[in-house]
Amino acid sequence: MIEINNISKWFGDFRVLTDINEVIDRGKTVVICGPSGSGKSTLLRCVNGLEPYQEGEIIVDGISLSDPQTNLYKLRQKIGMVFQRFELYPHMPVLRNITLAPMKVLKKSRQEAEKKAMALLERVGIPEKAGEYPANLSGGQQQRVAIARSLAMEPDYMMFDEPTSALDPEMINEVLEVMIDLSKEGMTMIVVTHEMGFAREVADEIIFMDEGRIIERGTDEEFFKNPKSKRTKAFLSQILV
Amino acid sequence: MFDAVARNLPFLIGGFGVTLQLTFCALGGGIALGMLVGLGRISRKAWVYQPVTVYVNLIRNVPLILVIFWFYFVMPIIAGRPLNPFLSAVISFIIFEATYFGEIFRAGYQSISKDLVNAAYSTGLTYSQTARYILIPIAFRRLLPSLITQSIVTFQDTSLAFVIGLQEFVRRTSIVDNLEVRSIQLFSFVAIVFFIFCFIGSKISRHFEEKGRKTGVL
Repeated sequence: MIEINNISKWFGDFRVLTDINEVIDRGKTVVICGPSGSGKSTLLRCVNGLEPYQEGEIIVDGISLSDPQTNLYKLRQKIGMVFQRFELYPHMPVLRNITLAPMKVLKKSRQEAEKKAMALLERVGIPEKAGEYPANLSGGQQQRVAIARSLAMEPDYMMFDEPTSALDPEMINEVLEVMIDLSKEGMTMIVVTHEMGFAREVADEIIFMDEGRIIERGTDEEFFKNPKSKRTKAFLSQILV
Repeated sequence: MFDAVARNLPFLIGGFGVTLQLTFCALGGGIALGMLVGLGRISRKAWVYQPVTVYVNLIRNVPLILVIFWFYFVMPIIAGRPLNPFLSAVISFIIFEATYFGEIFRAGYQSISKDLVNAAYSTGLTYSQTARYILIPIAFRRLLPSLITQSIVTFQDTSLAFVIGLQEFVRRTSIVDNLEVRSIQLFSFVAIVFFIFCFIGSKISRHFEEKGRKTGVL
């Protein structure tokens, strides 16, 4: 379970997050949407300790991130993350991208790590790309490798930061399908996305953020049918053409 | 035409051997230390960043020949005994070249997106693992042409070690010249040897530059 209690964060004088509260139970998929600059990505980065926050507390499975005793490296093993621009290691073939962390962090043998990596590539539908360098893959394929790389650490949570917004339209679905499967298999997920079709299908809760605050939250039905705030309505009318 | 060279060839080649040894030690140490210096220069920890930055700025604003002299004369006072010229020269070169290699690596590290590093962290890799498997190899590949160019400069710089009496290529040539008095042919020979090695080096650097542009893998 991830508990976000009253988080506030500043970049210098600029307040990027204001009093964020959220609880994400195991097995749930939470979708965060909102205009750019609303603090969605920053919030994700706070949850796995990539960005510090100044007020409040984030607790993952009972472990507080603000506690100086907390080993953030260890905690991050539990939380996979997928980025907008894929961020595959450009100097390593696909297979090595996936096996690096299991071998170095979990101390798995090469054989074991590669077996697992191949199974994951199978699962995301591109086992034939194992020996290729990331630059030779399409965006959609790169993003699926990035998902496999995160899953190789067998995380309890997966976070996605606009995973399809850098993709050509025809590649969006291949990535979304993988994510939908993951969600249905019971992975706990926090997804920053504007893919409302995805949100409708799998989200247990949808959060709308603007200017660093949570403006509205709800299950998909109430969120889409009866948005309460004006800003949510305006935002939805823009992305649900 | 090269009679004086021919008569003293083994002695001169021996000097060139010392030059090569000095170059390899300076490059090995300088590049290894430079990788760390570069990491220090992008560190967000003030106690790492500040001293490394002072070191880099200090050394880069002093002529190499002074670093060599200074180290040669100061070390005996610190160590309590004179160092042999070769060791003294190697250490001076490592200290000096590491600042230049450090700045090259810093540029390489800064070319890597913050989220690529975040991606590595998010799989549980530690800082030192991320540096070793991600930052250093990518910086090395991206800036290979600059690294080769700086290596050529280092190779040329080693001739300055003659000021502390190290019998490298130039020093030995000057010893031969004192006996033979054939300055033009002797120093022309040295220049030609240096030119050939550096020219090959610059061609190799050029090759990697072209290759990097074509593949665009990184």
